[in-house]
Amino acid sequence: MKHLRNLAEKAEEALGLGWTPVRTPCRFRNPLSKYRVWRNEAKCIQCGKCVEVCPYGVHSKVGKFIKRPKSYLCLGPACEKNSFYCVANCPTGALRLRLNPVYHTLGDSRWTADLLLATWWMAEFGTLPYMDLEYRIGASGGGFDKLRFIFPPQIPDSKLSHEDISLELSLNQRNDGRPQLTLSVPWYSAGMSFGSISLNAMLSRLKSAVTYNTLMSTGEGGYPEILYPYDHYVVTQVATGLFGVREDTIQRVRMVEFKYAQGAKPGLGGHLLGDKVTEAVAHMRESVPGMALFSPFPFHSVYSVEDHKKHLDWIKEVNPRALVSVKVSTPTDVDMVAVGSFYAGAHVVQLDGSYGGTGAAPDIAKKNIAMPIEYAIPKVHQFLLHEGIRRQITLIASGGIRTAFDVAKAIALGADGVQIGTAELVALECLRCHQCESGRGCVRGIATTDPELTDMMTVDWGANRVRNMYHAWVWQLKEILRRLGLRSIRELVGRTDVLVHLDYYKLPVDDDLRRSG
Amino acid sequence: MPAKYHIHVKPVPPRFTTPGKSTILDWGEGCLRCTTCVKQSCPYLAFKQRSFDDISLTDTIDAFCKNCYRCVQGCPRELVVKTANPQYAHLGDQYWTPEVIQVTWYQAETGKIPVSGAGYGGAFAGKGFDGIWTDMSEIVRPTRDGIHGREYISTVIDLGRKPLFLLFDENRNLVFTPPHRLEIPLPIILAEPSLGAGPRPVRQAVVSAAQRLGTLALLPRPHISADLKKFAPVMVPSYTADTLTLEDPLLPRVRLLELLDHPKVLEQVEEVKKRYPRIIISVKVPANGKVVNRVKELTEAGAEVIHLAASDEAQGLADAAHLHLKDLLRQCHQRLVEFHLRDTVTLLVSGGIALAEHIPKAIICGADGVIVDLPLLIALECRLCRNCVYGESCPVEMEHLNVKRGSQRLVNLLGAWNNQLLEVLGAMGLREVRRLRGEVGRAMFVEDLEREIFAPLFARPEGEALKREPT
Repeated sequence: MKHLRNLAEKAEEALGLGWTPVRTPCRFRNPLSKYRVWRNEAKCIQCGKCVEVCPYGVHSKVGKFIKRPKSYLCLGPACEKNSFYCVANCPTGALRLRLNPVYHTLGDSRWTADLLLATWWMAEFGTLPYMDLEYRIGASGGGFDKLRFIFPPQIPDSKLSHEDISLELSLNQRNDGRPQLTLSVPWYSAGMSFGSISLNAMLSRLKSAVTYNTLMSTGEGGYPEILYPYDHYVVTQVATGLFGVREDTIQRVRMVEFKYAQGAKPGLGGHLLGDKVTEAVAHMRESVPGMALFSPFPFHSVYSVEDHKKHLDWIKEVNPRALVSVKVSTPTDVDMVAVGSFYAGAHVVQLDGSYGGTGAAPDIAKKNIAMPIEYAIPKVHQFLLHEGIRRQITLIASGGIRTAFDVAKAIALGADGVQIGTAELVALECLRCHQCESGRGCVRGIATTDPELTDMMTVDWGANRVRNMYHAWVWQLKEILRRLGLRSIRELVGRTDVLVHLDYYKLPVDDDLRRSG
Repeated sequence: MPAKYHIHVKPVPPRFTTPGKSTILDWGEGCLRCTTCVKQSCPYLAFKQRSFDDISLTDTIDAFCKNCYRCVQGCPRELVVKTANPQYAHLGDQYWTPEVIQVTWYQAETGKIPVSGAGYGGAFAGKGFDGIWTDMSEIVRPTRDGIHGREYISTVIDLGRKPLFLLFDENRNLVFTPPHRLEIPLPIILAEPSLGAGPRPVRQAVVSAAQRLGTLALLPRPHISADLKKFAPVMVPSYTADTLTLEDPLLPRVRLLELLDHPKVLEQVEEVKKRYPRIIISVKVPANGKVVNRVKELTEAGAEVIHLAASDEAQGLADAAHLHLKDLLRQCHQRLVEFHLRDTVTLLVSGGIALAEHIPKAIICGADGVIVDLPLLIALECRLCRNCVYGESCPVEMEHLNVKRGSQRLVNLLGAWNNQLLEVLGAMGLREVRRLRGEVGRAMFVEDLEREIFAPLFARPEGEALKREPT
């Protein structure tokens, strides 16, 4: 086993942050797109003019035949002014460019069609999309979606290049003799259990975490053996149901996450539907196949900060080299909860805001219970500053972090780093149909344990998609820092002065990184 | 401990095909008739189950489609497309949005709490009730095991006047008899919707659902026909000043009645009480600009129950039209608290209670319970097209409603709502809904969070951010 682990680490770590994106296209025949190029077959004379002119590869040829246009590569109406605009160049007028009717049916306020398409683009190419897709924000009308970076008109340090900029995040700020755990990027993958997502999806996320020297949380569903080679990059969760928690699983990892609540359903326990409890899942969770599994809420053995400390001490005793993270939701007194966790000995406090989450949850809870993460971060950050303990604890935000811009905004509001979940699933081609829980599970092969659906995705494909997205995020974060003249993401923590809120700031502001700065 | 209150839900399929949010268009022209068709491999078998609905003259496929886009993305000639459904967009209005209607239908059909994966997809915050988040507590709370074995959380409320204290004599007997009160097992009273085709079967369904739920049904007195008389104990007849007579044969059998506010309403209340001491009387006060003072006045003068009536969009009436029900309610509640009167009176609200979450939110703002009207009509498949208001025919043939099935759909809706109320109470660690009343500390208001958290960070003179040096 050790041999296997070394091999895996060597192979993956060699890639490091210098990883070059590998084009990883959509698994389905027709990628979804904002614009659609229609070719009238009756008019087309197969002259190949369009193939010749389009520099974006929308039109292509196999032998003599012109293939169907790859609409998702199209620049859209912005192309009209170009000399190579295919519609104008077509000698028989066989081409039409329109907004794709599908576009209006995709996405929602938080994850707009643009955001989905842009994230899929990043997952395929590892770059920002060149067409007019909004890749930074959604359209929820508040929070991150109303915050903008305000870059100085001139870059403060013109010599600063991406190589000089550090995105590192060290999780142990307590000086308590436990090892340091330094991540190369300021995010890690949030808990999604085996059972709620497929092993392939889990491995895809984990392998990306390995490549980028960060972590992935197992969620509350046990520690599948197939993850053992990557112990170094795994965070295992101890949650109220204690599903799959054993001494051995706690001893394997560098960080243990103690979960009180989750943003998807603050104040409610987890619920894995019976259909999803297959033989393998049941084995992992030490339960019976086909039986729905409920995690209670809250911890039946924690009624005070002292009880809380007892549990953290217990984890620390079982694994003397582990750091302990405490995951809580965002009630009105979230600041007090964070202080309580500090006194109980946590290294990391993770605030899980109410708008994120991936698991099935009652809609009433998702929308109405607990506050959005955008308010919770500054509230806790400032409170910890006043208490004089901010530097001794790592503050991680999650629950609604969708883009690299959300990451940067969360950090500027006062977090040290973030956890992400939904964004990775979107990279794996989740389109947020919200049907994760129904029947056999996700029909896009992500949040399912059905063997046939699981096989819709290979681990290599999935890992490359997530790595590509990470690549695009790293570039964006470094570019944001470069434009602000900052050498390290650490310098961005709590820098609300580099942000403006559109409710209070009426001048035009544009933080699009595709515009030269 | 009293027996656990349980609402018996049972699936009742809709009578009419419901329009989906988006619709599938598949063109036959250009089809290759390839044998590996995406339509055959649809994971939800939508293409196999589809049929032509000869009532609405539409394809039923959208009722089965779950938006996985496998067909759109799989068709070799890109002939399958999803597009926004105009029928869906035309449901309801600005307040009673297609989403509200759809989620009401779902609950009326299944009796289940709406559950979905992949996080929340709505707006960050909104006006009125959408600007409130309820609290949760991490550790200090009653324990509760998921959905099974949920500890007893009471949703009972009392209707009626409450004494602020009790007095006992030396023999430990009560010195006075506390006023009679009425208990209902959930903080919801049903009311006949103000519009709708086929009022007769709708009325019957509402009354019968109220009976099965153990709550009450509010109806204008003239609408109570002979066939409804057997339901008298669950009915709350509503009177205007001049329709009330003490000779009304209904009065000896009802437990609660409602009187529209007028200057001499309390004298009328007194008269009824004298003759029928066990009837509890609610005074309906329109939520206009005078409502705060009026509620206080009535309470001081001894009103038992006050029904605060807002518009169908949860806004105030007349000169208070710019105020949301939640704000009027908070003001009324606050005024009563200031005068040490709050605990004496029962405050009910109506108007714009559209979703399950509005119930705990209205209670947090100061109501004891809510009165629900339009959602009941929607649960019976109304689309709020308002054809009936203009005398046109009802697209869902409300006049042919089967009362038994209709009543079950109402029970389903209320069952789902009550379960959601339990979820919210459970998350807060409250064991009874009466404790939630006026607990604004257990809620977060968007305006407060903006003022306390964002304004100090971002409200600064325009352009200043550009000049500001990094600190």
